[in-house]
Amino acid sequence: MTSNEREPLLKMEHVSVAFPVKKDFPFQKKRYVKAVTDVSLEIYPGETFGVVGESGCGKSTLANCTLGMQRVDSGKIFFDGQELTAMTSRQLKEARRSMQVIFQDPFSSLNPRFSVFDLISEPLRIKGGYTYAEMRKTVGDMLKEVGLSEGDMDRFPSDFSGGQKQRIGIARALILKPKYLVCDEPVSALDVSVHAQILNLLMDLQEKYHITYLFISHNLAVVKRVSDRAVVMYLGKVMEYGNVQKIFKNPAHPYTRALMGSIFDVDIDCPRERKRLQGEVPSPINPPPGCRFCGRCPEEQPCCSLSEPPLVKIEEDHYAACFLHADRAEE
Amino acid sequence: MKTLKYIGCKLLRALYAIGRFFKKLWMHKQGRIGLIIFAFLAILAIFAPLIAPYDPYDVTQRAAKGSTPSWEHLLGTSITTGQDIFSMLIYGTRSSLSIGLITGLVIAVLGSLLGVAAGYLGGWVDTVIMRIVDVLLVIPTLPLVIVMTNVLGTSYVVIVIVFAAFGWTGLARVVRSQVMLIKNANYVKAAEIAGASRWYIMWRHILPAVSNLLIMSTALTSAGIMVAEAGLSFLGLGNPTAISWGKMLADAQSSGAMLFGHWWSILAPGVGIFLSVYSFMRIGLALEEILNPRMRKGSNMLKVFKHLNNTYLEEVFASMDDVSKMKGEYQAPSPVLEEAGPSDIAAEMAAPEGAAVEEVAAAGVAGAQAAAAGAFVPAAQIAAAEQAAAEAPFAEARAEDAAAEVNAEKGGER
Repeated sequence: MTSNEREPLLKMEHVSVAFPVKKDFPFQKKRYVKAVTDVSLEIYPGETFGVVGESGCGKSTLANCTLGMQRVDSGKIFFDGQELTAMTSRQLKEARRSMQVIFQDPFSSLNPRFSVFDLISEPLRIKGGYTYAEMRKTVGDMLKEVGLSEGDMDRFPSDFSGGQKQRIGIARALILKPKYLVCDEPVSALDVSVHAQILNLLMDLQEKYHITYLFISHNLAVVKRVSDRAVVMYLGKVMEYGNVQKIFKNPAHPYTRALMGSIFDVDIDCPRERKRLQGEVPSPINPPPGCRFCGRCPEEQPCCSLSEPPLVKIEEDHYAACFLHADRAEE
Repeated sequence: MKTLKYIGCKLLRALYAIGRFFKKLWMHKQGRIGLIIFAFLAILAIFAPLIAPYDPYDVTQRAAKGSTPSWEHLLGTSITTGQDIFSMLIYGTRSSLSIGLITGLVIAVLGSLLGVAAGYLGGWVDTVIMRIVDVLLVIPTLPLVIVMTNVLGTSYVVIVIVFAAFGWTGLARVVRSQVMLIKNANYVKAAEIAGASRWYIMWRHILPAVSNLLIMSTALTSAGIMVAEAGLSFLGLGNPTAISWGKMLADAQSSGAMLFGHWWSILAPGVGIFLSVYSFMRIGLALEEILNPRMRKGSNMLKVFKHLNNTYLEEVFASMDDVSKMKGEYQAPSPVLEEAGPSDIAAEMAAPEGAAVEEVAAAGVAGAQAAAAGAFVPAAQIAAAEQAAAEAPFAEARAEDAAAEVNAEKGGER
């Protein structure tokens, strides 16, 4: 069944976020970092949605928006049929019960003063209505679920390795059985040897509890491994969006191709034309006019710097924002 | 029942944490000294009526005024009233310690509350609190305390209130900066996403993280308050009905203890003040070293210097070996010197020698700077400095005899 027939769990409509920049001198015109610009996407229940892009391209801001942690300047976000952007803080707190997050750095995401039991049972305690014995039992079950033992409950985070800490973080995120989980680069701070373990654990848990993942990564190989659909972002804008298999098989945007050219893994079977990108990512305070990628794009056309390319449908569930495919817009 | 068990579990863990904390302090050499003195003083203060041989408040029964130390009166009696000074000394511990501790605690509570509020809530709360801090920080405390005690009367309650009202500002600033670091931690964000209220986060995450800071600052401010209290009592602004060390000093001075040569009645309260302040300072400084990893024992100035010195000498010897191997470099100028006349040699020698001396001085300064900075100096840099230093003897040698063999020998000897 194609994903379009289903009701999306999370829907973003033309979401934009800009942060004001501190003025260098008084009476200066107010400037903004345009972290996310005009992003529309749909995440369907039970799938893993990847977000790929260089650092500073608005991945984490996008995730914060979906969690209701970030005020949105324009656009709407719907979560489970309710409009997240129009909620009061009390409603938002209720809605967040079914969302959770796993952080990139397992070292700073666990309070070093809390025991493992305190850490994992914290969401339960905040929600309230559980006795001590119930919490002990739930936490013990959860620990076994993520591959730790019940005996670890009264130890402290400093006793564990990076991978084990990340497992504790996963247990804390899943203790309330959320519908939607943001994984903010969950493996990039870990040893390469435990990447696969953590990713497999996440996928097993997803299958078991039918959780929807928003999976942020700058590693295309990881995204290809875990996600069903994905969005490629550059300077806060969507470059390519759709089914991961289709994106990898037929990358429509030059930026996606460039990212794929920079993958190191040997077993990725994608077309490899090594076109190294020139220059640095421009400042998001005043991005280049027209297409954000022009200036670094290897296939730049004269029209690129004049107007922004629209997101056009390349094939079913595969969209790209590039003038190379502008001819398909009419179809 | 279950909740009781849960509370009991928490209580046990809190006790365990306190025990671990004291163990850490006990393992620290300086902290142990402070703890021992503090425990001694605390016992004196608590059991003062049992330990003191006489009632120090009793000014009517002692016939022997101004008696010298004897077995009956260990430190003699006061000149004007005939109170037993040893008993007064022991009772004085009570007022000094209680004022210091109570004011320190009040300051810790005020400073942490306002600092956490300013740091975590931010916005206008932060602005208001920090402006108040700015105003209070520039007001000189002691003259103000003198005025306040004159207006409100001289009681310990007034002293505590005034000191607390002006003492919390520094702590609040430090706590605020610490809180601003912690509130961006991911575990705070995770709790926020889980729906935690601001109170929950402040109580469970932020306050424990600044607790170390609070304990340390309580110890240090208490020491300062004790000195200030003694000073106020000495000026006659303390509680006139209670016995305190400052007041003992004031009495001894006004009754002319120095004239009578009763040095013990001046020394005794002085030692008391010194011991109490010293113990609190020791505990506070030890805590600072324990809790602040950058101030660990390893970075002790003396140790760094000693350590550096050893490597320094080794480097010196190593560089000298190198120099003695590199004969040719230093012999090069000598034939030129031999060809020139004797007077020329003397003239020529003066300049290089001066230069060499300068170089030695520069090398010495570099070495001293390196030691002072407490950092490891790259071996190459030290070697370079030492080569400059090692050139000095060669310059002398050249002046005496330009022969290459002598040069090498001298270098080898050194």
